[in-house]
Amino acid sequence: MSTSPETAVPAEETAGHGDISVGVKGSANSGEATASATRITPGNALRPEDIALAVSRGTAKPGEDVAEFALRLGDDALVLAQRLGHWISRAPELEEDIALGNIALDQLGHARSFLSYAGGFDGRSEDDLAYFRREPEFRSVEIFELPNGDFAVTIARQFVVSYYQFELYRRLAQSTDATLAGIAAKAVKEVDYHRDHSAQWVLRLAQGTDESREKMIHGFKVIWPYVDELFRDDELTGRLSGSGAAVEPSSLRADFDRLTGEVLAEAELEVPRVQPAPGGGRKGLHSEHLGYLLAEMQVLAREYPGASW
Amino acid sequence: MASQTLQSVPGEPTAAQHELSLEELARREADGQAYFDKVMADDSRIEPRDWMPPAYRKTLLRQISQHAHSEIIGMQPEANWISRAPSLKRKAILMAKVQDEAGHGLYLYSAAETLGQPRDAMMQDLMDGKAKYSSIFNYPARTWADMGAIGWMVDGAAIANQVPLCRASFGPYGRAMVRVCKEESFHQRQGFEILLELSHGTPEQKQMAQEAVNRWYAPALMMFGPPDDDSPNSKQSMAWNIKRFSNDELRNRFVGMMMEQVRVLELTLPDKDIRFNEETKKWEHGPLDWAEFHEVLAGRGPCNAQRLERRREAHDDGTWVREAAAQYAAKQAKKQAEKEVAA
Amino acid sequence: MTTPEPHAGNVWPIWEVFVRSSRGLSHVHAGSLHAPDAAMALRNARDLYTRRNEGVSIWVVPADAIASSDPDAKGAFFESPQGKDYRHATYYTKSEGVKHL
Repeated sequence: MSTSPETAVPAEETAGHGDISVGVKGSANSGEATASATRITPGNALRPEDIALAVSRGTAKPGEDVAEFALRLGDDALVLAQRLGHWISRAPELEEDIALGNIALDQLGHARSFLSYAGGFDGRSEDDLAYFRREPEFRSVEIFELPNGDFAVTIARQFVVSYYQFELYRRLAQSTDATLAGIAAKAVKEVDYHRDHSAQWVLRLAQGTDESREKMIHGFKVIWPYVDELFRDDELTGRLSGSGAAVEPSSLRADFDRLTGEVLAEAELEVPRVQPAPGGGRKGLHSEHLGYLLAEMQVLAREYPGASW
Repeated sequence: MASQTLQSVPGEPTAAQHELSLEELARREADGQAYFDKVMADDSRIEPRDWMPPAYRKTLLRQISQHAHSEIIGMQPEANWISRAPSLKRKAILMAKVQDEAGHGLYLYSAAETLGQPRDAMMQDLMDGKAKYSSIFNYPARTWADMGAIGWMVDGAAIANQVPLCRASFGPYGRAMVRVCKEESFHQRQGFEILLELSHGTPEQKQMAQEAVNRWYAPALMMFGPPDDDSPNSKQSMAWNIKRFSNDELRNRFVGMMMEQVRVLELTLPDKDIRFNEETKKWEHGPLDWAEFHEVLAGRGPCNAQRLERRREAHDDGTWVREAAAQYAAKQAKKQAEKEVAA
Repeated sequence: MTTPEPHAGNVWPIWEVFVRSSRGLSHVHAGSLHAPDAAMALRNARDLYTRRNEGVSIWVVPADAIASSDPDAKGAFFESPQGKDYRHATYYTKSEGVKHL
């Protein structure tokens, strides 16, 4: 096409210094074009498409338990991505539109990988699972389903779930299930950044203005009743931790408490004294919020069942 | 370029300049004008701290800020579909695209800021309804197929406009456009791909695609601006090497590209009068409703009020957050200073 | 770490962003952005300027901390190197048969 970016580059952008080598391996054409801060590449990491391909080739096939576990993690990430996506074009500053967009895209990537893998159990695609399951068939827990609230509520949730996901994925990267381990190894690096992003904002909101401090305290109060559910063991996690495919959620709690505690202490915040909610999402018993979220997410796909997009 | 001049250091008058005599000022201005003229003649670049004619600065500031506003307001029609994208792959693509538009807005605001206007002032003008932006974003995105038509036609038109702007005489603008054009290449392709899927899908999907193309065709053509004989500023912009081709030249070229591509889509353009003029070797299109264009530009389009309200809402809702971060930075800086004094 | 004079109210200062595109190359100016402080400026730069693997390292500098040569003095400031050909290898005649020179 005549509008390809190559033709867009003005002559002086591509004209290098001729034969002056910068002496760096892999930059044979050296000069300014290589030094450019606009050189872009797709990188090479494990993508959701790779998981789907491995599943379709039969090189990755989860058992029933692993599939159910992958469904849980996939649903958590998908619901969070759906929530975060709403901030794009509504964030407190343009730079933050982009930051939250990056986090949403990371979470959506994790969701697609986990769902693609989970679907390998009974031959369903990521989209079959995302768009054509009914609410009770979802396995997300409540903290992901809560509405965004204001920026402080969103940050409070990000803070909790990114520290939780980091501890979880860090351990899953050692899973005896190679596919879970692969997805987690990619995801843990991304949620590490999510931890940093949320911690930076917790500090700023808690120690910014009186108004922001009040809002941050309120944000944690809204979120905290749903923290416990993240760390509850059940029969499935018991079996999976027995086989080394996963870990008991309760085993993440000490590290979670210690690391979040450090940031909260620096922010001069206390863990809110609130009663834990019973939850139930892992068994398909969801908050009142999830139905609306799914209705919006699924509406178009369900309007045209069987269509390709 | 390795030796890029910094983008955002506006040329503030130095203390010495304030004390210059009138004669000296006049001499400097004459020198500046001569240098500027030479840069134009050589098709070289003006950088932020160079002397430039006040009208050149004003024109650029207006154009670049409008361009930035268009990116930011342009996020909204597509953001409207992120939550309902019909597949997870499409959701990821759309999210990345809308996010890119925020990025493009930022690159452009950065370029405009080098001319001495702070971003928050430009934003305020936008929210107060004093600044213009591309009127196409005041149309609603009614169906999923609009994501395809916006990507293919609206971004297609934007790219056709922007590629020559990579050579704009104002350095920061050209550099911002290089980055934007590199990133936009995926925007148009994903739009085309959406339409291609729909057109080869069910009859309802194909109809959805055709209706979207019908809706966005004329507004996309009008993105190139008024016809040449009704575009008083174009000539000056071309003399200043900001604009490289006239509105009609770009529009006709774009029509040719659309005609070629629409065949692959197995859709049609809603214009019976499109033809290739063998004499001029140029594509021609049917009449466009410029009265509607001016109506929408003047604020009377379907979504003008909604778009601005949404921007104001985001800005107002974010005020306490921006204040908090600024306060925190001030407190930390104070703490740091106290520590240094103590040590 | 230097932080520019905190601005009043809710407007964040400008930072210039420099990106190293791969190991062994210098940081190159990529653009600018707004951020309340250096820590956030780095993170915003990561999100804004390296979404497509453009970099392996980032510098941010408060825009008002950068000193720049006077554009009005370009003649005087940059005249001296003009015409000093002898600083360049191309000034010297090659002798036939002499290698590695």
